[in-house]
This record gives sequence, structure tokens and C-alpha cells, in this order.
Amino acid sequence: MSTPTLPPGLAIQKADERIMTLNVGPQHPGSGHMRIIVQIDGDYIVACDPDPGYVHRGEEKMAEYRNYVLNIPHLERPVIHDSCNILYPYVLGVEELLGLEVSERAKYVRVIASELNRCVYTMYWLAIYGIFLGHSTMFMWPAGDRELLIDLLEKMTGARVTHSYFIPGGIRNDLPANFEDVCLRQVNYFEKRIKEYADIFYDNPILISRTEKTGILTRENAIRLGTTGSVLRASGIDYDVRKKEPYDVYDELDFQTNVLKSGDSYARSKIPWLDMMESCRIIRDALQKMPKSGSVRVKLKPNPKGAIGSVYKRVESGRGALGCYIVSDKKAEPYRVKLSVPSFRNLIALPHLLIGEKLGNMPSVYWSLNYWPVEADR
Amino acid sequence: MSVIAPNFKLSEFIKSILDNAFWILLILALIGIPAVQVILFYIEMPVINGELLTPFLALTWIADPSRTLPIIKAFMTTDLFRIAAFPGFGFAALLAAGTIFVERKMLAKLQLRVGPFYCGKIEGILQLMGDGLKLISKEIIIPAKADKPIFWAAPVLFVATAAAFVALIPVAPGWVVADLDVGLLAVFAIIGFFPIITILSAWAANSKFPFIGGIRALFQMVSFEIPLILSLLGAVILTGTLNLSEIAASQSSFPWIIFLPIGAIVFFVTMLAELERIPFDLPEAESEIVAGWLTELSGMMYGLVQLGTYLKLYAFAALFVVIFLGGFNGPMLWPPFPEEIITEGIELGPVTAQIPGLPVFSQEVLNGILMFVLKTVGVIFFILLPRGVFPRIRVDLLLDLGWKKLIGLAFVNIFIALGLLYAGILGPGGII
Repeated sequence: MSTPTLPPGLAIQKADERIMTLNVGPQHPGSGHMRIIVQIDGDYIVACDPDPGYVHRGEEKMAEYRNYVLNIPHLERPVIHDSCNILYPYVLGVEELLGLEVSERAKYVRVIASELNRCVYTMYWLAIYGIFLGHSTMFMWPAGDRELLIDLLEKMTGARVTHSYFIPGGIRNDLPANFEDVCLRQVNYFEKRIKEYADIFYDNPILISRTEKTGILTRENAIRLGTTGSVLRASGIDYDVRKKEPYDVYDELDFQTNVLKSGDSYARSKIPWLDMMESCRIIRDALQKMPKSGSVRVKLKPNPKGAIGSVYKRVESGRGALGCYIVSDKKAEPYRVKLSVPSFRNLIALPHLLIGEKLGNMPSVYWSLNYWPVEADR
Repeated sequence: MSVIAPNFKLSEFIKSILDNAFWILLILALIGIPAVQVILFYIEMPVINGELLTPFLALTWIADPSRTLPIIKAFMTTDLFRIAAFPGFGFAALLAAGTIFVERKMLAKLQLRVGPFYCGKIEGILQLMGDGLKLISKEIIIPAKADKPIFWAAPVLFVATAAAFVALIPVAPGWVVADLDVGLLAVFAIIGFFPIITILSAWAANSKFPFIGGIRALFQMVSFEIPLILSLLGAVILTGTLNLSEIAASQSSFPWIIFLPIGAIVFFVTMLAELERIPFDLPEAESEIVAGWLTELSGMMYGLVQLGTYLKLYAFAALFVVIFLGGFNGPMLWPPFPEEIITEGIELGPVTAQIPGLPVFSQEVLNGILMFVLKTVGVIFFILLPRGVFPRIRVDLLLDLGWKKLIGLAFVNIFIALGLLYAGILGPGGII
């Protein structure tokens, strides 16, 4: 009789007097909905085993039992703060399968909603990064300033977090009257506000001394481990899906990507903040270039059936390249929906970064990977 | 029917309350009152007008209201009053409660939120009381493998040690619980107890996160104790005494912070570390080690540690005031007591009341208390402020700061003090 293989952490390990095993999570203020099994020798981490899967909800399987439109509300659940971006590749893929043409105005509105949502997500992430470093003001400020953009999104979509705004063939409803002025004003104020974070957080000498030169991910390792998004850009690789494979109207908009060379926790925490300023720039540009009127959605048949075939679409979400692979077999429901999420890919780097670090660096390195536990579990 | 308590009946509830009240009264009558009467024989009673104040004599104020103030004044000379009420525990606990309230509201304003708001109608002023009631009513859970006696004793010892620290602080001229000639040495001894209690509590819990937190606390407190002690020696060199009341009294014309600014800065930084305040709150770093050495404490055990922490905060702020900011010295802001009330009495309509025993406190004492409280509150404010501005420091950077920089600066401070002494500017026989 062979012994069953136990999940990591449950297996009995040979006792070592010097090594202490810590279960950080799932009920730990510094873990999120996951567990990190850390082995420490004194104050140094000698082994680290991230153990996600506590919030697995079977989103991909659920998608096989609902038609293309009914899939929208539940597919955005993994990252409710970034719900427009996680729906984006799915909607783009379904449009290709169903052969729908999206109007120019709808494309611009999608870009605005997606950039607003990226900022909302990043602010939430930044708030938690602040509290992970013991900086409670940095928890409250982003959580408060995030309200500005949530109000805007509420005006656009009617919901504060789970918007369900993108549908195959456009967006659910047109912008309210006078939206452009309100949006411009709020976004300008938001940009002014986030620039103030440099004073209290990013230029803070204690923060710099804590996060600089910790958890260094070299350029080669970043490529080898397959990281995406801000983690990749912090290691000196200029890769952004919005630039490399522009979707919707990103090729017509004026923006740039932010790249830092050092690859440490500080750079990884700074990139999303710099990206938010670029997002503000994109929103302003899109508001200017957007057609002032026109239809925003295509009329869909009930239970639309896709052509036989498969499609893979990628977008740049708040965390990195987010892909969606859809296989259709000429039914109203997709045969298979696979989300390729950036969180899971960035998590792969965690054991490599934590080995040899001090225990005190664990929260800052872990959260600088721009990781969202629920998205990784799907 | 209520969902929360499906079998709830008002009549039974009232009955249970009456039941409890009956038993409490019975126990009080049978055990409590005799016990109090036995204890009263051993408590040193104040002397009033040459006669010893017995409990019966103390109740004479009911018949003769003019005896009220003399009896109160007689009580104020006893040790019990000093320990329990004025310069001791009660006064310190009141200031500590105020500190918690100010901390919550100030931090809330800094972080663009409201803070406690509903409890107590006015700006959530009763929030602390609510928290205390909550902590008292919570179940105390002891880990199964904990070393129970030590684990139980640690929070009590923590409060006791913090209260002992409070007892050494001179609040006003002549108002100090323990006026020791070795006052500052006693302070150092008491500060030395905190890491022992912390590591005992952490070890007794027999759990990983408290253990790491306890080790961190030990690192931090031991490595910062040395610059803390050294930074205070400058004032000792200049005054030539270890008595805290004499150190405070020696600053009647100028506070030592003018001549010893480096010592004051070193003491302030080490004070933050000893108090485990942000940015030095490593032993309680919640995102790394849950709540550090407090992780397994529950209910009122946690509440006691919090009480001890804030008493300690008050005591350290008061020590800073006494050594560097001149203690109770300051400009005379308190108005003198009107003499005509003593000589002529107060006119209450047709009768003129003669109140013997006035004034209760002299003008100097009241002004000393005012100055002391104002300065202490100011120092406490600056202790609270970094919490809104700084993230947590890392343990290696902390030890680096303690051993390499602060000890050096503390020695610079001592050399400055020695220079001032031997140049004949300050100190015994100095020109100032």
C-alpha cells in the first residue's frame, strides 16, 4: 500500500532544530485568501511554498453552462475591483466568434471604463501595500481617493464595483449627459492627489530603506519565470499589451509605458503608481478623441451561437497580460473558457524572491508582485 | 420571536437579574463588609486636628458640612490617596485614556476619516468605555499547551510594572508617590523589567508568532535601553543628582533641552522604540507576525496589556518632560486664590458661608500641575504623530540605528554635558 501524497504543509517533515515552519495564512493579516508556508532559520527565509486555492470557485466550468451573455456577470467576480479588465478579453473573443462589429464610440467608452477600473484596482492594491508595510495613512488615503473614480464608474454603469458593463457588441448603456466634464474634472483632481503620495509614501526614507534592494528579480529571471505586467516592467522589460498588441482604440491614443531597471520591491511598487498617471493621460486623450454621439451597442439575437472554432484574446489588466481562450462548437454556450490570469503567473516568482530574505520583508515582497489571490484561484 | 435568542423571555431575564442582585448583596453582607472592616484596621488613617481619623469621625461631615474640606485634605496626605488617585494610578490612567481618544481622533483626521463618532454622542468620547466593556465581557482563551501561571501573570505584571514607573514621576512640587534619591536608577531598573515580562509572556504562550514577536521585542528593548540610559546621563552630570524631583526643580530658569538637544533627540527616538510605537512597532507587526507577542492574549488580558502600554507611554512622556523640558516649572499662569473667600466667605443669598480648609491646593502646586500636564500632552502628541506618517522599520535597520548611531550620539551628549560642567558654565558652582 502506497502512502497517499499529502498536500504541501500537511506532509510530516523531518524535524530540524534550527528550522521553524510558519503557516502564514489563510487566517493571517498578511496573506490574503491564501497560505504561504515559510520555513525560517532565525530571521531568514530558507524555503517558501505559496499555496493558493482557498477561493476556487470554478468560474471556467461555470462558463460552460451559460450562454455567451449570461457568462458576463460571473466571469468578472474573480477581480471585482478590476471587473472591466477581466471581462475585456472575453468580450473581445466573443465578438470575434459571433462576428460582431463594435461602433467607434463604444470602443472609446470601453477604453475609458477600463482605464478608470485599472486605477480603482491599483488604488486598492496600493492601500493594502501601505497597510502591509505598517503605514496606516497609506491605507486610508488611496481607499478614500478611490471613491472619486468609483463615483464616475457608478455614473457610467450603475454599479460601484461589479459593473457588467462590457457586452459582446459594445457596452450596456451609453454615457450619461454631461459625463465628459465631470470625468475630466474628477480625473484631473485624482491625478493631483496621487502625485501627493510621493511625499508621504514613495519618497519616505524608511520605505525606501525597507523595500530597496529586497526581492530582486533580474531581467533574465523575469523572462524565465513568465511574469507579466508591472513585475515585468519593473525588471527592465518594456512590455505592455496595450502597446505591443493594441486592441480597440489603444493604437490611436497617446501614452507611454513606464519601465524601471532595478527589479526590487520598490520598483515593483512604484510601477503601478506611475501607470495610474498614464491612465489619467489616456482617459483625457480618449475623452477628447471620442465621437460625441452614435450607437454604443449591436442588437444581439437571443441565445447567439458562435461559429465553430477557437479564439484567444489578450488585454493589459491592472496586474498584467490577461488572456482568455474560448472554444466554440456552434452552441449557445461556449465549449470551454480558459482565463490565463496574470496573478498566478506573478505568484510563480514568489518562492524565488523570498529565499534568503528576512521575514520582515515577506509582506512587502509578496504584495509587490501585484497579486490578487481570488483571481489566481478563479 | 427573536432569531438571535429564540428562548428569550423578559420575565425570566428580569428574574435572573434579581437573582444575581440578591446573591451579590448576600455575599457582600456576609463576607465583604466584615472583610472591609478588618482591612480598615490596617490602613493608616490620616490625622486631623491632632486626632486620628476613624471611619466614624470621617462620617461627621454629614452632620457638619464645614468639616468636609479638612477631612478631604487629611485624606490627601495619605499614601493611599497618592498611590491610587492623584499623582499615581488614577491621574495616569485618566491621561492615558485621554491619550487613546486623542490618538484615535487625530489619526482619523490625518487619514481623512472621522474616527469614533457615535458612542457617547459627542465625537465618540465614550468609545474607550465601550471597548473596555467589550474586552471585559469577552471570553479569555488560554492556549492548550501554554504555561498557564506565567501566561496569566504576564499582563498583570506588565500593568504593575508600568504603574511602578508612574509612581516615580514628580507631577508638582512635593507631589510624587515615591520621592527616591535614586529615582533615575529606579527608572532604569523598571525599564529593565519590560523585556523580561514580554519574553516570559511570549514564551509561555507556546505559539510561533508570539515567540517571534517576543524575540523581536527583546532585541529591540535591550539594544535601545543602552542609548536610553546614556542619553539621560547628561542631565545627571549637570544637576549632580539622581532624584527626579531635584532634577525637575533645577530647571526653574531654563530647561535642559536648550543645552542638551542631542540627548533629548536620542531619548525621544529610544522612547519610541521602547514603547513599540510606529515606526518601531516590530514586535506587533501585524502583516508579518499577526500581533506579535500579543497574539494569544484574549479578552481582558489584552485589555490589561493595552492599559499598561498607555500607562508606559504616559510615564515615558512625563520622564521626558521632567528631564528635558523642566517638569512642573513654567510661567505662573494659574490665578491666585481669592483671599476674600477665606476671610469673608461666600455670599449665598441671605447667608454667608464660611468655608474652612481653603485653598485645597496652593497656587504653586496648581500651576505646576498645569505646566506638567500641558508639556506632557505636547510630548504625547509628538509620540503619536509618527504613526500617521511612517511605515514600519525593518529589524536589521532598527538594530543598526540603535547600536551604531544612537549610542554614538548619546556619548556626544555626555561629552557636551561634561564640557559645560568643566568649563564652569553650568552645574554646581556654574556661572548661570
